Amino acid sequence: MYLKINGISDSAQNNIILGIDIGSTTTKLVLIENDEVIFCSYERHLLQVRQKTLDLVKKAESFLRGRNLKVAISGSAGLGLARATGIPFVQEVFATGETVKRLAPDTSVAIELGGEDAKVIFFEGSIEERMNGSCAGGTGAFIDQMASLMNITNEEMDRLSLNHKRIYPIASRCGVFAKSDIQPLLNQGASKEDIAASIYAAVVNQTIAGLAQGRRIKGKVMFLGGPLYYCLGLRQAFVEMLKLGKENAVFPEYARFAVAIGACIYTAKQQGEYTYEQLCNILEDATSETTQTSRLRPLFNNNSEYEEFKTRHSKASLETIDPNNYDGDAYLGIDCGSTTTKLVLMSADKRILFSYYDSNKGNPLEIIREQLHKLYNICGNKIKIMGSAVTGYGEELIKHAFHIDTGIVETMAHFNATRHFNPEVDFILDIGGQDIKCFKIRGDAIDSIMLNEACSSGCGSFIETFAHSMGHNVEDFAKLGLFAKSPVDLGSRCTVFMNSSVKQAQKDGATVEDISAGLSVSVVKNAIYKVIRANSASDLGENIVTQGGTFLNDSVLRSFELEIGHNVIRPQIAELMGAFGAALHARSLNLPQSSILTPDELNRFTHTSKSVNCNGCTNRCFLTINSFQNGERYVSGYKCERGAGNGDAVSSEVLPNLFHYKREKIAGLSHISGKRGRIGIPLALGMYEMAPFWTEIFSKLGFEVVLSGFSSRKLYSKGQYSIPSDTACYPAKIMHGHIEELIEREVDVIFYPCLTYNFDEKTGSNHYNCPVVAYYSELLAGNMDSLKKTKFLYPYLFINKPKELAKGLYKCFFDDYGIKLTEIRRAVDAGYVAYDKWMQDIRAKGLDAIEYARKNSRRVMILASRPYHIDPEIGHGIDKLASALGFVVVSEDSVASLTTPAQVDVINQWTYHARLYNAAKYATEHADTELVQLVSFGCGIDAITTDEVRSILERGGKLYTQIKIDEITNLGAVNIRLRSLLGALEQKSRKSRKGDLLLKG
Amino acid sequence: MAKSNRVIFTKAMKKNYTILIPTMLPMHFRMFEKILRTYGYNAVLLDDRGKNIKELGLRYVHNDTCYPALLVIGQFIEALQSGNYDENKVALLLTQTGGGCRASNYLALLRKALAKAGYPQVPVISFNVVGMEKNPGFKITLPLLHRLMYAAFYGDLLMLLRNQCKPYEINSDESERLAERWTDTLTAQMAQNRILYKKVKENYTAIIKDFESIPKRTENKIKVGIVGEIFVKFSPLGNNHLEDFLFSEGAEVVMPGLVDFCLYVVYDGIVDYKLYNIRWLKSVLTSIVYKIFIKKQQDIIDLITKNSSFMPPTSFEKTRTLTKDYIGLGAKMGEGWLLCAEMLELVEQGVNNIVCTQPFGCLPNHIMGKGMMKPIRERHSNVNIVAIDYDPGATNINQENRIKLMLSNAKERQYPDTENQSQKKEETLAGV
Repeated sequence: MYLKINGISDSAQNNIILGIDIGSTTTKLVLIENDEVIFCSYERHLLQVRQKTLDLVKKAESFLRGRNLKVAISGSAGLGLARATGIPFVQEVFATGETVKRLAPDTSVAIELGGEDAKVIFFEGSIEERMNGSCAGGTGAFIDQMASLMNITNEEMDRLSLNHKRIYPIASRCGVFAKSDIQPLLNQGASKEDIAASIYAAVVNQTIAGLAQGRRIKGKVMFLGGPLYYCLGLRQAFVEMLKLGKENAVFPEYARFAVAIGACIYTAKQQGEYTYEQLCNILEDATSETTQTSRLRPLFNNNSEYEEFKTRHSKASLETIDPNNYDGDAYLGIDCGSTTTKLVLMSADKRILFSYYDSNKGNPLEIIREQLHKLYNICGNKIKIMGSAVTGYGEELIKHAFHIDTGIVETMAHFNATRHFNPEVDFILDIGGQDIKCFKIRGDAIDSIMLNEACSSGCGSFIETFAHSMGHNVEDFAKLGLFAKSPVDLGSRCTVFMNSSVKQAQKDGATVEDISAGLSVSVVKNAIYKVIRANSASDLGENIVTQGGTFLNDSVLRSFELEIGHNVIRPQIAELMGAFGAALHARSLNLPQSSILTPDELNRFTHTSKSVNCNGCTNRCFLTINSFQNGERYVSGYKCERGAGNGDAVSSEVLPNLFHYKREKIAGLSHISGKRGRIGIPLALGMYEMAPFWTEIFSKLGFEVVLSGFSSRKLYSKGQYSIPSDTACYPAKIMHGHIEELIEREVDVIFYPCLTYNFDEKTGSNHYNCPVVAYYSELLAGNMDSLKKTKFLYPYLFINKPKELAKGLYKCFFDDYGIKLTEIRRAVDAGYVAYDKWMQDIRAKGLDAIEYARKNSRRVMILASRPYHIDPEIGHGIDKLASALGFVVVSEDSVASLTTPAQVDVINQWTYHARLYNAAKYATEHADTELVQLVSFGCGIDAITTDEVRSILERGGKLYTQIKIDEITNLGAVNIRLRSLLGALEQKSRKSRKGDLLLKG
Repeated sequence: MAKSNRVIFTKAMKKNYTILIPTMLPMHFRMFEKILRTYGYNAVLLDDRGKNIKELGLRYVHNDTCYPALLVIGQFIEALQSGNYDENKVALLLTQTGGGCRASNYLALLRKALAKAGYPQVPVISFNVVGMEKNPGFKITLPLLHRLMYAAFYGDLLMLLRNQCKPYEINSDESERLAERWTDTLTAQMAQNRILYKKVKENYTAIIKDFESIPKRTENKIKVGIVGEIFVKFSPLGNNHLEDFLFSEGAEVVMPGLVDFCLYVVYDGIVDYKLYNIRWLKSVLTSIVYKIFIKKQQDIIDLITKNSSFMPPTSFEKTRTLTKDYIGLGAKMGEGWLLCAEMLELVEQGVNNIVCTQPFGCLPNHIMGKGMMKPIRERHSNVNIVAIDYDPGATNINQENRIKLMLSNAKERQYPDTENQSQKKEETLAGV
């Protein structure tokens, strides 16, 4: 790399300037002499920060020896070393700014992606710098993670991405979110080219949404940092999504070294010099940093403890039998999990004939084909497969591809397997690659199911990626942890945060051993305190069974036992439990013969996939069409009831669905043109309920009311650039798109009032809105530049006194429109009438739906949420999924008034919350009614309601199911959860029928 | 409705129960503790340095709940588990503000946590002035409030002066020690005597003069303002000792005081009437309180101006008007419009470098904090704000790195000449 930076070296002193940039994954070093870069180096440091820096300095020895050196350290992982050595430190974003200002002063915006950091610097006007928040996972590390998930190298991923045909929406908030989007895509057979490009697009999205924060990226944009230097696909994604012309997208040769060069520029102005020997010595001696990270007790104090532990766990084994010594019937169970594929072939007497467990390498179909092939060879003519069942993420695909007899929801499969193992079991904890599943069992039935929310998943695979990043494979890495002297305490929050915790621990001198053990403890704590939300071991149960691939890791198992304070059972086939449970299920079907592909058919098996857009409805889902040898097809990716497992066979019975009804009703609001112009109302947040109210008022006042319509992904991206707080809930963030939509429709004025108080329904102690619903207009007014051109009215109004509301509106509308108070009063009165009628109708429809359910023996599901969750984009069509599973769906507002107000232990002062509590109470009063709570990610207030709704339901003997949703939601996981609920309900009712029979007997 | 069977703090309990108070503002709360003691409550201020606070908070409070709740409850549970208090002779005191922010539910969350942790018998006392939950054994009387009010004024004054002296003091720790000495003197005074406003003003003057006489260096330090959600703004436990960190980086900290927040809460009682014509009586009563506070705040401002060269706090009456064209005074959940007002107040005072602290995912802060930064930047091109999120998973290193970036910018803006000079020097050298 040749680079000249004028006026940086001080020619009188004849020294060398040394800039060291220590990022989260790499160390960069730049030497400058006489204004010219004479040496540079870029290497991964595998978290060995000090050593690597020393190595690089030594590598440059020939340049450095005998010279005076000016040195500065920069970079997110460099601070500790700078402190320990006393070498000047310069903040890395600041350093980048120095470089750009010096080398390309006409730059408008610089975007720098590092290993785990993303930064944007705006140069025009007042300089503004942005760094990714603590929530946003890394970028370079994120790309690494995704590549390893797809089992390809970064280079391959880059190459593949250039040939993509389409982009799938992938959550860009953090790696874990994205993973749960990518995994189903892989499992459904989407092409790697498309996924690779989608991953890059997600990074771009994250940069725009998370960092631009309301400021547009335009003008001359410079791209810096390692990933943007190496990945052509990523570059292309940025250029395309930012709509940059060729002259405005700059990819400088020094992209990777911008920070190190900035460090040089900074230190050139500073005092203090080093000789080569001095520099080496202080780097050598910098080891004695004080330890700040708190430490935990070792997992095992000595080898004999470990031996005892191993012996104890070896007892929980299942009998295997050599297939050569067996002939007769057999049952096949397949567990096509998110990252691994498992197969079990079980004999008629439930012994294991064959098993398989490995990573699915992004292509489960091929692996299963291979294994079936092997299996058929083993079986020959003497072992006959009489039944087969598949479970896991890939259930539908595998079932169609290989003609498996049946599918079973994974929770039930695991329960089957565990029961076989230990009939006394009262608690099962399963930690897989992506999921944590817990079941409590009471009286032979699943009593409650807890699954991890998308934000904390990725536990098993997290350890794996971490192991790789530190240069180990996962088995060795786990073993290292067993005898760690003082495991680091990494906390129990979302695994994504651990990246920075580990960084800190490393800085504080933790060894790889300590980190390995610390990660295991952390995964366990995450499961216990975040997912299960248990307080103590007794909360979990007496007979605890742990399973799932992650528990094969002895460090994790031991951490779990230590954390809960007593021993648990880990079946020797912990990783195969799903497959074993599926095999048991297949056996219980008692089929005359299995439909699974015959050996001949298997030999002819081929599979191709392509992606298309569905034209069935406005959702325009991305579909993946899988085609098999005999012309059969399996289509996945539907967001609607077709995706609920029924495939193409949509049931002819249309069940009442209040969500659907409410949507139709809103869509049917009439808009007549009026003399006073067009008033735009964003259909977002509280408007899903208040639209009829305001529509009536403004129609009466002579306005044409223009609603922005239902949301879509596209609508969201329209307003994405102006969102200042990325951690706000999706229903709020989507508001920006609605405003843009209204501006595009050229309305004269946009109206969204500030409402501290909602309607008083007299069921709580107060009737607040949440702060976001109440005041989001203030944020819109301050952050949306496009609003400066359109009149935006957001008065503070009180809607519980018609007189005061009229006065408030009068103050707001008189000046511009000259509307008289009397006229407004009449309109307001009409508004209240319209609103009451609307709500009465919804309540009546709720009653109708319930009556229908009772008449036709259908289960009722209260999808309890807030008004805006009926939106097809925000609610992701979960109501349709529930409907397809056979539930009559009602909303919380339609049933809340059917019971007396619920007694709760919290302050019940939000209108929407009071409805949730009452709806929960209603559910407990009716045997056929279940409640599922939809919670938007980032809804702080729901941290309170969820616990309260849960306790109301549990006190009433009901199951509590919570579904967390965000801008992207993995409907596959939602499906599993709803099916598990259904499975548990069926099991319960079977049991109670049995109980009745016994009683009668 | 929250009429559940909470444990009442009875009159009998007052005699032999210890009442635990969580720490938020170290100086203020030490005075609060002593004042409560003079009213016969055996109050004990909790240590916030416990190692397990976060851990216990995570264990007993829903993890998506805001960080302050986690810390406060963690502090209580740790104290109960420490064995230092008889769990059957201890009560917990927590402030309750009401309003539409979820923080109004801290008490409920605390009770839930207590039940889970095995202390259902421990009474929780709500400290509020709006009559939300009453306990016969704990009466919030006017004289008590009177003293607490002065403690808040004293605390703010001490904090303000200490912050303005500390970075410049020649004898290290002198201002810190002086503040501590005054805290002791003032609490002793309030315990003994009836409060005479004349005496209070004499105290103010003496305090100001004492700080004025601390030997100081004259240099131009970078001033950094701290605003944000009240707990993480003030509590060193909540903000990872932000004040100390900024101080160690060579900055002067400017922290708008607790009185501003009190005034904001009081003012909220008037706003509903002003905007919606509701709650007239409440607004009349609160206006009286409001006026008293404003008068007393003005007295302090005047005394500082008269007796010293220190920068006085901005009058709340002024602060209140600053948000015009930014955010309405009806935005009153959480810190509401005050958060925006305090940023503007700092800018007005010439403090252009601001750390805006908030718990991760704090709902009001999306709007009043992060949502107001763009409009503030647009109208004040000098302003240099950094938003820092706090939560149990966030590491120091990440937060410090961002603050360092803000400081680098601050330095560049404050001393833009250095670079020019060195460049000039280079040019001349090159010319030679």
